[in-house]
Amino acid sequence: MNSLIPIFIIVPLATAFLIMILGKFIQGFQKTITPLILLFLTVLSFYCLLNNYSDSYAVGGWEPVKNIPIAIYLVMDGFSILLLTIISLIGFLASFYSISYISKFTSENNFYALLCLMIAGMNGVVLSGDLFNLFVFLEISVISSYALVAFGTEKEELEASFKYQVLGGIASFIILFAIGLIYWRTKTLNIADVSTLLSSQQANIFDIFVQILLISGFGLKAAMMPFHAWLPDAHSSAPSPISAMLSGVLIKAVGIYVIIRLFFNMFIASEEIAILITTLGTISMVIGVLLAIGQWDIKRLLAYHSISQMGYVVLSIGIGLILMARGTRPAVAVLAIAGGLFHMVNHAVFKGLLFLNAGAIEHRIHTRNLKEMGGLSKDMPATSATSFVASMSISGIPPFNGFFSKLIIIIAAIQAKFYLLAFLAVVVSIITLASFMKFQRYAFFNKKEYSKTLKIKEVPFPMIFSMAIMGILCLAFSLLAFPGVREQILGPAIDVLMKTGEYTQTIIGM
Amino acid sequence: MKGMSIIVKKVTQLISGIIFMYGIYIITHGHLTPGGGFAGGAIIAGAYILLILAFGSDAVNLRSKEKGSSLIESLAIFIVLLLAVFALFMGAKIFFANYLPKGQLGEIISAGAIPLYNIFIGIEVAAAIITIFLALVIFKEEAKK
Amino acid sequence: MIVFILCFILFLVGLYGLITRRNLIKIVISLSIMEFSVFLFLVLIGYIDAGVAPIVDLSLSDQIYVDPLPQAMVLTAIVIGLATTAMLLAIAIRLYRKYKTFDIREINQLRG
Repeated sequence: MNSLIPIFIIVPLATAFLIMILGKFIQGFQKTITPLILLFLTVLSFYCLLNNYSDSYAVGGWEPVKNIPIAIYLVMDGFSILLLTIISLIGFLASFYSISYISKFTSENNFYALLCLMIAGMNGVVLSGDLFNLFVFLEISVISSYALVAFGTEKEELEASFKYQVLGGIASFIILFAIGLIYWRTKTLNIADVSTLLSSQQANIFDIFVQILLISGFGLKAAMMPFHAWLPDAHSSAPSPISAMLSGVLIKAVGIYVIIRLFFNMFIASEEIAILITTLGTISMVIGVLLAIGQWDIKRLLAYHSISQMGYVVLSIGIGLILMARGTRPAVAVLAIAGGLFHMVNHAVFKGLLFLNAGAIEHRIHTRNLKEMGGLSKDMPATSATSFVASMSISGIPPFNGFFSKLIIIIAAIQAKFYLLAFLAVVVSIITLASFMKFQRYAFFNKKEYSKTLKIKEVPFPMIFSMAIMGILCLAFSLLAFPGVREQILGPAIDVLMKTGEYTQTIIGM
Repeated sequence: MKGMSIIVKKVTQLISGIIFMYGIYIITHGHLTPGGGFAGGAIIAGAYILLILAFGSDAVNLRSKEKGSSLIESLAIFIVLLLAVFALFMGAKIFFANYLPKGQLGEIISAGAIPLYNIFIGIEVAAAIITIFLALVIFKEEAKK
Repeated sequence: MIVFILCFILFLVGLYGLITRRNLIKIVISLSIMEFSVFLFLVLIGYIDAGVAPIVDLSLSDQIYVDPLPQAMVLTAIVIGLATTAMLLAIAIRLYRKYKTFDIREINQLRG
């Protein structure tokens, strides 16, 4: 074997099938092998990240015929490896947490197999260099997540899963229709080949229609306004490690990643579409946080904040796209894209940590209503400390990582002369701080409201371990803001996005 | 649920074997005529579902059948993945390559590893559809009690 | 040209059923009809004038075949549609047992 790329897809798939076969015969097999395999994938992706591994792999070995690529390509470049690291890391921590959380359900085999399938699907979306291959892996990961949201089979979880499935099915239909229209126009499905063919022809109304269809389809998967209606129900009804995976990784890997990849590397940047993307991001940011203030259910509050923080990322990427379409000031475009990618990485860590905390609270008190909790900081010290770290991170308080990424986004907006967007970003950050002050006070620092007969201890060791590691990562990722480390990790990602010629060279040249 | 009348039972006993053979024909000629793994697997599943519908679920022990078909499904898809990974060790060492010798155009034993993929995907799709059907019937049976 | 308009009419039929029907099973069937209209559209894209089905026959040398790539795409998409429909129906049956009705106006526990 001469390349590391197929390992990321083969290993989780084989693990999922092995768990279904051997899980019936060997007790406790699924609990030990899933965290081990995901730890192996995390170490492998860190190795590729630090070595700047950049390669393309033709599945089946079909060589290009007369300079037309006919194979399905798997491409790993600077941007994909960043997302692969986040997927493996959050997946490992969530599966370690669920060793003790999922033991209250009966069919644990199915849970771990579906989790591995979801991770295999997300790896496939991130590595794929071919449009229809991306659609197939997208469907694998999304259908696994439908089953995982309904895992507890209570009334609310089934209803939330049904709503999620119908809206997700409409989005998949729109994406398939847009892929069909691209094939009609260019007679090829390879992303690099489509970009060379589209850049040599005139842009007409057909291209704009396809771009709007793709924004609608993938915007629904990424939960941007006005396509956000499924997210509060689905993310609040799922079991807590699955909420952390869905909100921390899935809406980034199958939503935001594909929008960035297609609009930077495949289509020619046009200013109207970039202004549309920026507007959608701003609306998500503002309305998400306004809807989150009045919530008393902790997981619904966190789900609405996910919409708002994703709005930050889309806003920043949109500013970068506008500057690239105009062709002026490339340094500010680099800064905007760096802020967006950095905030995406940070949000995965602190939002995952917040959902794991909410799961720990629910595990002990059996309620999710903020009015029925209080005074938990004495009885659950580890949960309280990590929740404090995560709340400071998401509100943007130094020295945690949220402060640096929001600062880069606001500086980029001011330097690009979008003063209204910078002002709205600051206001939304202040409202986020107020909302999390309310969360901290009612959950941890008030007088005890719950029944005194419940004995509240700390949660078991695997849950504490995952939450502590994520808390340490919240502090460690703030080092990414410094110029030396940023060039090493975020630099290759930004290079690949800004220079489309190098992306096509990687596939067709080799 | 009870079965249907005796005419339906006798006709189903005769026909389901022919449907099964037709499904196997579509699977094995997948590289020569339209069809292949998915379509053939769905037809084979149709033969089994016809038998269960005609004879009624009282005549069949549903739970043991569902465990068996679930195990066969997982095993068959694992063998498909092993076939694809096996290509990493023979010949060109690329994932998913076609490594067995390709014969002449139009023969049954030709086109490398594609007939093997067709057979195992056919088994997997048939087992998957039967598992879905049995799971839903078991759920409905439990609701009645 | 007229075949594309017929595909669009099929899509509109599915969309009408999805929006106006209250029964869960009818919503699932309408979603399936919408997906089938896209499959028809994809197969019709690959048509080349005077082409026959793409099964290679060595006795006729220069034969025009229609494009086989959209047909492969549609085969895969049909299997994905099967998985989606099976998942939806399993959840719909469990919803019936919990709420005792298929009417979506009664199934509204989650608000806000």
